[in-house]
Amino acid sequence: MARMKFLCDADRCIECNACVTACKNEHEVPWGINRRRVVTINDGLPGERSVSMACMHCTDAPCASVCPVSCFYTTDDGVVLHSKDTCIGCGYCFYACPFGAPQYPRVGNFGTRGKMDKCTYCSGGPEADRSEAEYVKYGTNRLAEGKLPLCAEMCSTKALLAGDGDIIADIYRERVVTRGYGSGAWGWRTAYGDSVSV
Amino acid sequence: MQLKTFVSQLLAAFALVTVVALGAPASAQQINPTANSVQEQQLLDALQGQGTVSGRVSIPDQRSADLIKPGNPGWANLHNGTVSTLSIVAILGTLGLLTLFFLIRGRIRVESGMSGRMIPRFNAIERFAHWMLAASFIVLAISGLNLVIGRAVIRPIIGEGAFGTLTAWGKLAHNYLAWPFMVALALVFLFWVVHNIPNRIDLQWIKQGGGILKKGAHPPAGKFNFGQKLIFWAVVLGGAALSFTGIMLLFPAETATPADWQLFQIIHGVVAALLSAVIIAHIYIGTVGMEGAFDAMGKGEVDINWAKEHHALWVEEVEARESRPRGRAATPAE
Repeated sequence: MARMKFLCDADRCIECNACVTACKNEHEVPWGINRRRVVTINDGLPGERSVSMACMHCTDAPCASVCPVSCFYTTDDGVVLHSKDTCIGCGYCFYACPFGAPQYPRVGNFGTRGKMDKCTYCSGGPEADRSEAEYVKYGTNRLAEGKLPLCAEMCSTKALLAGDGDIIADIYRERVVTRGYGSGAWGWRTAYGDSVSV
Repeated sequence: MQLKTFVSQLLAAFALVTVVALGAPASAQQINPTANSVQEQQLLDALQGQGTVSGRVSIPDQRSADLIKPGNPGWANLHNGTVSTLSIVAILGTLGLLTLFFLIRGRIRVESGMSGRMIPRFNAIERFAHWMLAASFIVLAISGLNLVIGRAVIRPIIGEGAFGTLTAWGKLAHNYLAWPFMVALALVFLFWVVHNIPNRIDLQWIKQGGGILKKGAHPPAGKFNFGQKLIFWAVVLGGAALSFTGIMLLFPAETATPADWQLFQIIHGVVAALLSAVIIAHIYIGTVGMEGAFDAMGKGEVDINWAKEHHALWVEEVEARESRPRGRAATPAE
């Protein structure tokens, strides 16, 4: 089985936010929830870089480790998913996540965050694949259709890569060697324990 | 004619801009954006495991400008490791010690036997405050403990769906019963703080180990002995800490940054574990651990012999008050 990962090649990202828009549209994500976002580091300075970030589907995910109801599970593809039926909206996963991935429908005072929502790597939830119930809670299940996440698939500069971790790491490594520079596989050290060595 | 003039002016302006641009100092072109690009590794090294790599986002939610917080899994580990272990050790440890104590010492009896004569100890308002505090604390403690160990203990038994529902109810109970807990805590503090200021008599109680371990040893005590004073202050101070951190956790958007929230959450968990241990011991000595003790909070009055053994000075005080003439109302008008 493949171990699915995201890799954002920040040297290619042009901050067009199409990944953000594609994600919101594909899954009909409600207002206020951003499963994916583009953050610009050193904005306006020479050498600024933009990074598209969502749930990184960590190895030994801290959200799963801290969830009081154990609503998280890792699929055979290494994707970290959760059950909205079990989620109690306590917010612990938000405070455990290094990437700000968990999102909530409401502001969160007095324990009223609602069920957590996050990037599913376009692979739905515990419901039956491609069912109506799955779509309503988690959005489309592209993986079940043999497709990769839409954000990466439609990235115009191919900055955002999705797929098997080893393969996308090879692609990134080759790019860095060819062009002679790279600002790093953002989030990889934090999510997977080691970065892509070039 | 006008159009022609305009076009020629436009061309002149364009030519000027081009000339200025070409004539600009060459130094501006020497910055190589790729060579100077920001490196993730440099940013992470600068943070040394704490803090946040953040930038600018174009979406309205400015919190999402935080890109990476490498320290967050550390909080998760602290919560799962230290706080969870401490909770289990504090509760099982206290239960173990009390069982051992019970096996060795047994129930502490009233040595002179029950007289059948009762004296009032706690009035209805005091008992109401105590039981409101007690009932809310027990629900808060159990629903809180459920968040720490429920997934390992209860979830395998009742299944994921039922456990999710149960915990969601527990969360609601925890959020709303916090308020009666705080009200009761304030009442209890006001009612009993005068009796709980440590004084010279407590030294004797400490010297005799409270008379807990030896039969026949009864160090003198006022309304509350030193052990009870310790429980009082543990409840008041621990309860205050739980109340403060709890409110901070309830209003994360208004009161605290995520880092503050994490700190408050850890304090909340640690204090809750320690206070639970204290309360388990308190429940033990107030029920099975000591004969006649439960009446104080149950009926509000205690057997005179029990009172003489455990609170000799308080009995003297009460009896002196009762034998005294009843103030002005009892004296003749003239």
